[in-house]
Amino acid sequence: MKNQSTSKAGISWIFKMAWRDSKASGKRLLLFMASIILGIAAVVSIQSFSANLKDNIALQSKALMGADFLIDSDKPPTPKVQAIIDSLGGADAKGVSFPSMAVFPRSGDTKLVSIQGIQGAYPFYGELETVPLNAAGTYQKTNGALVDATLMLQFGVNVGDSIKIGNSLFPITGSLVSAPGTGGVGASIAPPIWIPFKSIEETGLIQIGSRVGYDFYFVADEQQDLEELDRLVDPMLDVEGADLDTHLSTGQRLGRNYENFGKFLNLVAFIALLLGCVGIASSVHIYIKEKLSSVAVLKCLGATRKQSFFIYLIQIAGMGFVGGFLGVLTGLVLQQSFPLLLQGYLPFEVEISFAPQAVSVGLILGVLMSVLFALTPLLSTWFVSPLQVLRVQDDNGKNSLTSRFLVLLAIMLFVFGFAYWLLGRLNYALYFVLAILMVFAVLGGTAILFMRLVKRYFPNSWGFTARQSLLNLFRPNNQTAVLILAIGVGTFLISTLYFTKDVLLAKTSLEASEKAPNLILMDVQTEQKEHAENSIKSSGLEVLNNIPIITMRVQQIKERPVRELILDTTTTMNKWILHHEFRVTYRDELVSSETSLEGTWPVEKTPNGLIPISLAENVAQGAQVNLGDKLIFNVQGVLMETYVANIRTVDWARMQINFSILFPSGILESAPQFHVLTTNVPDTGTSASLQRQLVKQFPTVSIIDLRQVLSVIEGILNKISWVINFMAFFSILTGIIVLIGSVRTSKYQRIKESVLLRTLGAKSKQILRITALEYLYLGLLGSGIGLVLALVGSFLLAKFVFQTAFIPSWPPFVIVLPVITLLVLLIGLFNSKTVLQSPPLEVLRKEIN
Amino acid sequence: MSKILNVGQLGKTYTSGSKKLTVLDAISFEIEAGETFAIVGPSGSGKTTLLGLCAGLDEPNEGFVELSGKDLSDLNEDERALLRNKEVGFIFQNFQLLPTLTALENVIVPLELQGQKNAKKVGIELLGKVGLKDRLHHYPSQLSGGEQQRVALARAFSTRPSILFADEPTGNLDEETGQKVVELLFDLNKEAGTTLVIVTHDLELAQKTQRILKLKGGRIVANETVSI
Repeated sequence: MKNQSTSKAGISWIFKMAWRDSKASGKRLLLFMASIILGIAAVVSIQSFSANLKDNIALQSKALMGADFLIDSDKPPTPKVQAIIDSLGGADAKGVSFPSMAVFPRSGDTKLVSIQGIQGAYPFYGELETVPLNAAGTYQKTNGALVDATLMLQFGVNVGDSIKIGNSLFPITGSLVSAPGTGGVGASIAPPIWIPFKSIEETGLIQIGSRVGYDFYFVADEQQDLEELDRLVDPMLDVEGADLDTHLSTGQRLGRNYENFGKFLNLVAFIALLLGCVGIASSVHIYIKEKLSSVAVLKCLGATRKQSFFIYLIQIAGMGFVGGFLGVLTGLVLQQSFPLLLQGYLPFEVEISFAPQAVSVGLILGVLMSVLFALTPLLSTWFVSPLQVLRVQDDNGKNSLTSRFLVLLAIMLFVFGFAYWLLGRLNYALYFVLAILMVFAVLGGTAILFMRLVKRYFPNSWGFTARQSLLNLFRPNNQTAVLILAIGVGTFLISTLYFTKDVLLAKTSLEASEKAPNLILMDVQTEQKEHAENSIKSSGLEVLNNIPIITMRVQQIKERPVRELILDTTTTMNKWILHHEFRVTYRDELVSSETSLEGTWPVEKTPNGLIPISLAENVAQGAQVNLGDKLIFNVQGVLMETYVANIRTVDWARMQINFSILFPSGILESAPQFHVLTTNVPDTGTSASLQRQLVKQFPTVSIIDLRQVLSVIEGILNKISWVINFMAFFSILTGIIVLIGSVRTSKYQRIKESVLLRTLGAKSKQILRITALEYLYLGLLGSGIGLVLALVGSFLLAKFVFQTAFIPSWPPFVIVLPVITLLVLLIGLFNSKTVLQSPPLEVLRKEIN
Repeated sequence: MSKILNVGQLGKTYTSGSKKLTVLDAISFEIEAGETFAIVGPSGSGKTTLLGLCAGLDEPNEGFVELSGKDLSDLNEDERALLRNKEVGFIFQNFQLLPTLTALENVIVPLELQGQKNAKKVGIELLGKVGLKDRLHHYPSQLSGGEQQRVALARAFSTRPSILFADEPTGNLDEETGQKVVELLFDLNKEAGTTLVIVTHDLELAQKTQRILKLKGGRIVANETVSI
């Protein structure tokens, strides 16, 4: 007997059938393709750009630092620090940096700048690019200044003109086009000016309270292990309040600066891909449903289950590959646009290059997500009976529970794997999968509850159309659960993205009210204070704030000396607190950017003569102290014993002078201090003339014109928000495609019922109203729950991933909810179009048979 | 002559809620190879269910079906599919052509499943026989009902099956087209020497066969030879 269990048609026939069938099914797979392309494009563009960013930071880390490593400190080197420098063979170059006001004598204009006093051949890596070229090599000999090229353009200054810094006048020997570590936001606010180190003292700008950085640059031997050096020397320097940075750690730190932005982009990629997956699942669901009768015919003609299953599996995988390929191409085009869009935000140029990993992952993802999310509907082809050719069966192609469970498990593993690849953290990946499972469970549960409630409290007294629309929600073969799930997941993902985007943008948003200070005078010495106040008043302006500032370091925390804590490798305390020179003020009230969390401020009674202080929440957490804990501060040689009387939140994003530590008044008044004065200038002209006058009188005072800063930051924010909005739009577009796909899924069920109603004599208006009401309920419920879940999800994301406060924005409520509901309604009505326009029999033949 | 189909004590029941509905009860008959055979009966008499069981599209609750000497209950779903591919041809009331395949591709699918190398040549020849030589590359939606049924005829005969099951072959066609299709069906059948089993309401069509099995309420009420 012939072996009956194997077909003679081989794999090539399956491929041939897959190709034949897909040729005529192209249009039906448009939604499917669009879902893959958009999802993959987002992933590839973001991942490629992130890879480029990382590579560039790593490649340019030496050029960004200009040396192999440096030792920096915010005070002149102590003998111990100097000994360490000497033991390392002495610094190859040194520098001093501080903000100051520069004056252009020709016009009298002033500007806050960042002074770099350099001695030696720094930078050793990267380029000190100047015009003329030789100025980079001669400015130290000629005692000239290299002035930021943009600044020179802004103020119409040329090489050969002079610039006044403090008490000294420097000839401008070159314009500074690029230098290590310059660029980005900081350079826009305080552009760099390079002068010789030896001339710094003559400027007279370094005084008590001046924010000066001392840097010692080193060139390492090729064999030198910089990480080992960092590990050995940094703790010794820490004790002395100095720090060792290698070009490797600078690269890492720079990478961390863009962490939140990167995290958000990864979230966009994750959501776009998930939406793409839901899009695939819904579009393949319709597609395979339409193919089931063909599968029955094939089985009838002798095709085995495996053959018929593989025809469509290969087809879907092939479409996934093509979609993935197109998605990769779209992603690569998008990737090219990122550096243009982010110009000015990044402190270095990102060279766009082909990221093979992102591209191959894009292609694999295209196939994998297509097959995985198509598996549930695809499995129907396995279970469809050939008897279907003789009679239509409602439960035709119903999958077994085991197969459904296995597919679900595979999908969860895929989501987990993808999240892990994207986020690089197992716990994040696990939380994401759990969150998605929760979303499905809540949506599914609500759908079931809703159906039960409607059934239980069915309003029998309502009119025919209203009753019919409600009946549709819980009748056998209803689409309530499927649609609420699809609409809910779509809304959840879109709204989460929207909320998160707004949270991130709000974190850096600026509010410039009319009466707020917009001109800040920094580093005003006590003896200058009165004169400076008079100068402001004589210009007809009001002194809005006069904030005293005292610098101090922490000496002891909870009875443990800071020196001991620094050397303690087991402590989880935040080390920056131990090294930081705090700028502290004293006052007896909290200001608008502060909210008391624990304790009170001001304090009436003080125990044991200790001084009560108020700590910002982040400092209290970093130092691991609670109310009542004791801290000793070193206030320029004088030790002050304090206890934590109050812990408060500080909104650091507000453009105002904020403090980590507050002392009560009556304690620090006699300590050496300087002041910050603020005023509000009505226009640029007044601001410029006041700045000219103040700089002339007080060369050591730095003036920040907040309007200028605002316009710089706003420009940068606009760029970032443009990119964020653009990427979010990508995901939202995918979401809309998902909606169209999922609502179309319900087409068949509703058409059968509408045709039957029409056959029984229902008017077009009645059918329309029944359909409209049903989709309205589903749209409202699905998007409503999706929105609530998005609120919870975004809150968790803001708190744990972006570590920022969550204030929900309004657009999802007033735009997303109604728009999605309306969209569901319109697509639903569009589905009924065929029923209303054609005779019932024609529709029945066309749609059902 | 040898028996191509042997049906014994065949029973089929469906469960609807708590009720059991017997569609076929104790059906037994035999069909000789090369015979033409009609199954007739009113709506709900179990004609189509019987056809589905005889062709191995469904499984009975009782009794047996032997097709080409093989007991279908001994075969699994895929083995039955392969048997159908080798031994059985089908014609349906709704034509059941694959909508995404051209006329020629539809005809050659069963041949390709058999791994036939000359499938295309046979397909073109068969479509020529049914008068559709100039419609080879048309999709079903581009063909009339009569043309679609002729493609289905070409497909059914493409593997030279031992037995051909036709379920209401003229049910979706107008009278004139129906007659032409029936003529073509009998001509091709005569030429191929295939056993033909037709399920129909149409007594005039049934009279064209050699034997008629009458069903009523799921039982055989007559199994008679047609007098010529």
